[in-house]
Amino acid sequence: MKQLLILSGKGGTGKTTVAGAFIRLSQARAYADCDVDAPNLHLVMEQDSLPRRTDYYGLPEAQIDEQLCIECDLCRQYCRFDAIQAEPVYKVDHYACEGCGVCEYVCPVEAVSLQPAVAGELCLYHNDTVFSAAQLKMGSGTSGKLVTEVKKQMVAAATGADLAIIDGSPGIGCPVIASLSGVDMVLIVAEPSISGISDMERVIRTARQFRTRVAVCVNKYDTSPANSGKIAVFCELNDLPLLGFIPYDPEAVRAVNAARSIADIDCPSGRAVREVFDQTMTMLFDDSGRDIRIPGF
Amino acid sequence: MRIAVLSGKGGTGKTLVSVNLAAVAAAAYIDCDVEEPNGYLFFKPTEVAAEEVAVKIPVVDQGLCDGCRKCVDFCRFNALAYTDPKLMVFEAVCHPCGGCMLVCPLGAVTEKDKPIGMVERGVSDGVRVMTGIMNPGEASGIPIIRRLLADVPAGLTFIDCPPGSACIVMESVRDSDYCLLVAEPTIFGAHNLALVHELVQLFGKPHGAVLNKCLPGDNPSEKYCQDNGIEVLARIDYDQELGRLNSEARVAVRESAGYRAMFTSLLEAVREEVRHETAIDPQR
Amino acid sequence: MLIAVPADDKSIESKVCVSFGRAPYFLIYDTDSESGDYVVNSATASQGGAGIKAAQTVVDSKAAVLLTPRCGENAAEVISTAGIKMFKTSPDSIWDNIKAYKEGRLSPLEDIHPGFHGQGGR
Repeated sequence: MKQLLILSGKGGTGKTTVAGAFIRLSQARAYADCDVDAPNLHLVMEQDSLPRRTDYYGLPEAQIDEQLCIECDLCRQYCRFDAIQAEPVYKVDHYACEGCGVCEYVCPVEAVSLQPAVAGELCLYHNDTVFSAAQLKMGSGTSGKLVTEVKKQMVAAATGADLAIIDGSPGIGCPVIASLSGVDMVLIVAEPSISGISDMERVIRTARQFRTRVAVCVNKYDTSPANSGKIAVFCELNDLPLLGFIPYDPEAVRAVNAARSIADIDCPSGRAVREVFDQTMTMLFDDSGRDIRIPGF
Repeated sequence: MRIAVLSGKGGTGKTLVSVNLAAVAAAAYIDCDVEEPNGYLFFKPTEVAAEEVAVKIPVVDQGLCDGCRKCVDFCRFNALAYTDPKLMVFEAVCHPCGGCMLVCPLGAVTEKDKPIGMVERGVSDGVRVMTGIMNPGEASGIPIIRRLLADVPAGLTFIDCPPGSACIVMESVRDSDYCLLVAEPTIFGAHNLALVHELVQLFGKPHGAVLNKCLPGDNPSEKYCQDNGIEVLARIDYDQELGRLNSEARVAVRESAGYRAMFTSLLEAVREEVRHETAIDPQR
Repeated sequence: MLIAVPADDKSIESKVCVSFGRAPYFLIYDTDSESGDYVVNSATASQGGAGIKAAQTVVDSKAAVLLTPRCGENAAEVISTAGIKMFKTSPDSIWDNIKAYKEGRLSPLEDIHPGFHGQGGR
């Protein structure tokens, strides 16, 4: 099964809109939403059935037994994550706790113990298609591990599928890094703004540490032809295939708000995304090692 | 007075709002989106002083280590492995807790600094600009946000938060006095607004909304605000010119009197809200 | 000589586990006595660094050879530091792979992948 990951660096560039269109166009039988922090793909990919839900346990978290606590303050002093507060009683801040176990180790009266903690929920929709997603519980860490679980869940359920499309998250941290491993190709959806270009460069730097194929497309390109040109130059200088340009399209907003993909309706962005899709599939399934490029902008 | 600007969804206009409010108020601006910082691209600060941010990771004196493996067994992140005679440390997996150093009976494990990013402090036309930047490849920027927020100047400060609602957002919002939620008129925007709304309520932060990129027709985010009693402090219409300035990393209030007026009235609305909230809760 | 193989089940007829770090068991097979023991891989429950923990288990078993379909960077570092040789398995049963190893038909494992869960890949 070939896995295609869609990233952007910057939020709001159109990852989920493009992912939704790709899923429609490819009729992919497996797809996943790895933005476990703020999943959106389910809003454009309507499902026929209810999902199977599973609790996700993140790292165990420290708990302080008030009855046993002698307020010696050792736990708070040793905690490197500022996760223990002393007022009004000694208590663990479960948003900051990383489950390292140092407090448990230093407590002289065994008042601190590490307990399993639910950090989110996994969802699996399984009909003729497999859709895997998750929601991280607010403020939780270990988002990377949950992303890995989302992908594992998809792969386990989608035996026989030849293509999986994965909608990634913004940023370059833990969840992005976790979503990168094991994918065959990354498509970066770039936005032609100064911020968008800066963020795109950072996510490409992160992605390239993983030796997967990386390609770029530009969304809302006509909001700044000059910046779109800069992206084209950047791609050329860095040996990055640039697979197409999608125009800004008010139809896209309307489609998304009606829970439909831009590939479902006839509109400029839908037509352009189709072209990008074709180029992406060619590159993804090309095992010859050749570089695919389209003519410059 | 610390005002956190957050959105749940990326690309809704956190940076647009926080940069322009800080500019019009000649206040301080702190960029906590350490994975993808953007504010400095707008402000182009000068007189920049940079400070490295590092975390402490274990260093092994192989000569002192006798292979007792207490550290290997203690580490919950599996960052240590022992293959006689070598104790191996995996820096990328390590969550710097200091536990291995504590449990070693022979003092064979000590610590060294590992840089994970920077904090840059500069000025731009009356605005103090502080930016956190995480090195690509690092898993978490929380220590950088902590360093940024350890030194917040007195007076009005706008904190530009990362997207989402995970631990880095919590860290950015933790000590703020008021939260400004920026939302866009799509179902994605409304869905993510709900997540971040839950977060600010969890932290008991007074909050209000700014609706950005408004188009004619239904606005799912506006509906969410109405249904959940969130005060809408301003509506910014989708504006091609504003979008263009923003995509060129230009500070809108420094380019036109019209945008200056718009953000000044948003600033007033925010100040009024914050005054109102402070009056109710004198501890703030 | 001891050979370690990641196993889905406690059966030498079962297929080699597709994962190294999260394999439920390791078969530690003794070529001299032609018998083996199954060791539980505690790394399956780990949040992160599973490969490292699994590798530690293999090192502790005193195996000289590891037969596996794949291995992450961090785990590979532990295994090679301990002087254990790695060979790439085919998608057959554990027994078939052990036989293939003894007959010199398995190739050394060359492609080491970056870690999962965001670790490795530097």
